[in-house]
Amino acid sequence: MHIVVPVKLVPDLVEELVIDPSGTTLDPDTLRLQLNEFDGHAIEQAILLKERGGGQVTVMAPDVEGVDDVLYTAAAKGADRLIKLCGNFGQSVNNHAMACAVANLIKPLQPDLVLTGVQSHSDLDGSMGPLLAAYLGFPYVGYIAGVTLSDGRAVVRKEYPGGLVAEMEVVLPAVLGIQAADQPPRYVAFTRIRQAMKTASIEEQTVEGLDVSGGPTVSRMYKPEAAARATMIEGKPDEVASRLVELFRELGVL
Amino acid sequence: MSQDIYVIIEHLRGQIADISYVLCAAARQMAAASGGNVVGLLLGHNVKDLAQDVAVDRVLAVDDPLLANFVPDVYQQVLANLISASAPRAVLFGDTSIGAELAGALSVQLGLPLVSYCRNVRADDGRLTYVSQLCGGKVMVEGELPAPTALVAMVPGGYQAEQGKSTQPPPVETVAPPALAAGRITLKQYIEPESGDVDISKEAILVSVGRGIQNADNIELVRELAEAIGGVVSASRPVVDQGWLPTTRLVGKSGKRVKPRLYLALGISGAPEHAEAITDSQTIIAVNTDASAPIFDIARYGTTLDLLDLVPVLTEKVRQAKQ
Repeated sequence: MHIVVPVKLVPDLVEELVIDPSGTTLDPDTLRLQLNEFDGHAIEQAILLKERGGGQVTVMAPDVEGVDDVLYTAAAKGADRLIKLCGNFGQSVNNHAMACAVANLIKPLQPDLVLTGVQSHSDLDGSMGPLLAAYLGFPYVGYIAGVTLSDGRAVVRKEYPGGLVAEMEVVLPAVLGIQAADQPPRYVAFTRIRQAMKTASIEEQTVEGLDVSGGPTVSRMYKPEAAARATMIEGKPDEVASRLVELFRELGVL
Repeated sequence: MSQDIYVIIEHLRGQIADISYVLCAAARQMAAASGGNVVGLLLGHNVKDLAQDVAVDRVLAVDDPLLANFVPDVYQQVLANLISASAPRAVLFGDTSIGAELAGALSVQLGLPLVSYCRNVRADDGRLTYVSQLCGGKVMVEGELPAPTALVAMVPGGYQAEQGKSTQPPPVETVAPPALAAGRITLKQYIEPESGDVDISKEAILVSVGRGIQNADNIELVRELAEAIGGVVSASRPVVDQGWLPTTRLVGKSGKRVKPRLYLALGISGAPEHAEAITDSQTIIAVNTDASAPIFDIARYGTTLDLLDLVPVLTEKVRQAKQ
């Protein structure tokens, strides 16, 4: 069983997002990137499947700031092979371009399973999974929380609104969009990541001819203006709590 | 090629999804600008009477036993035929666990550009401009809607579902499906949500926790507050993914929509997937250390105190107030 997990790094939303003077992208100098949260679940799901049934896990990521940490962390968790995609990855490179390039690199690896995070918050032209599956000619099912493998097939639990789950069977090779791994992503101590930095190696593969025509162009980026903002309650915990109790009374819930 | 706007009418187990009405509302506005009609695409089995109240000019219904339940690759075959045969100005999908994967697959298969996370489409002098929300709702982007045919995956928030409803049932034209074959994906069964727990969609007071709770042990603080105020604990996705609360308590796109009198959002940023499920709450009060968190855009009251500092004090004061 060979499982490939192509991941992406996205803006860390805890940081203040600054819009570039061009008004169409985020300011690259203040931007801090981190692993897309759902991709973290995809890595975890891949490692869990390997632990249960054996096999090999390959993690690949584009060469942007922070990529080495992401790849070595994956190795410390149990990934066997790390691939860094080298090329010119500005913010204008969209998922269509990446999915097409990644598909070309994945094909020769002949994976049984490709796992991606179901979405990221920066997917202006659709999430990676369905695009990648279409370029690979593999079936795709997304919003997955739960995967078991047997006999050349994956049985997956697809989530619908309201808590309804559809159990679907997918013929391998396939791409799955992971919403949540069977278990929360494991924590690895920094010493183990440092260990991985010494023992694991990162392969580099060049990506060229990125075609962005599958997504829209951006003519303006801006911060949303809320129709109404919350009335902010200032003060120490004691003062704020007293005001909240008053509000609870006014609302008739106390 | 036409100026029509196609809408994928999403339904699950005999019920039209709310997002379908949002799509119809958007499509009406777009069609008025493009000069085309709004056409609803309804795929399923014995479903032609389902589309009684969607505000479209006509419905194209494709009926086949293989379409009885959503199976991505079979639905894709049918839609690929319909879209390529008529080349509408735009096809609107819900950015959901059904629509998002269809839109992506069709974009590559048909070579049509895709705009995702779309909140609304603006018409300026007959030109259509998409407006999408990125970065969990912290950033908006806009640009020209790609031509001649654009696929658009829409999120709720830009239109009221009511705007996409009609009291006049639309004419329904039944279209013969292409020769369908079961694909590489099959539905085995539906698994019902766990029951036995409280139904958070029916609770009047929800004390809801998000990532700001930091660890499992702190859930107890929130439980004490909920108990003091006579409410129930619910959560956003990260808390449930960590296994700190069961999925029955999940509020959001893949969990429950809620409509309590009071929704107390503790350490919840208010990402669109969560925000869309709480907009029917009477009053939202948000506690989040990030003053720019989108939750403050939908909350009536807010504070940037750390929930871990505030909650124990608040619990005590609520208890005193009740004595």
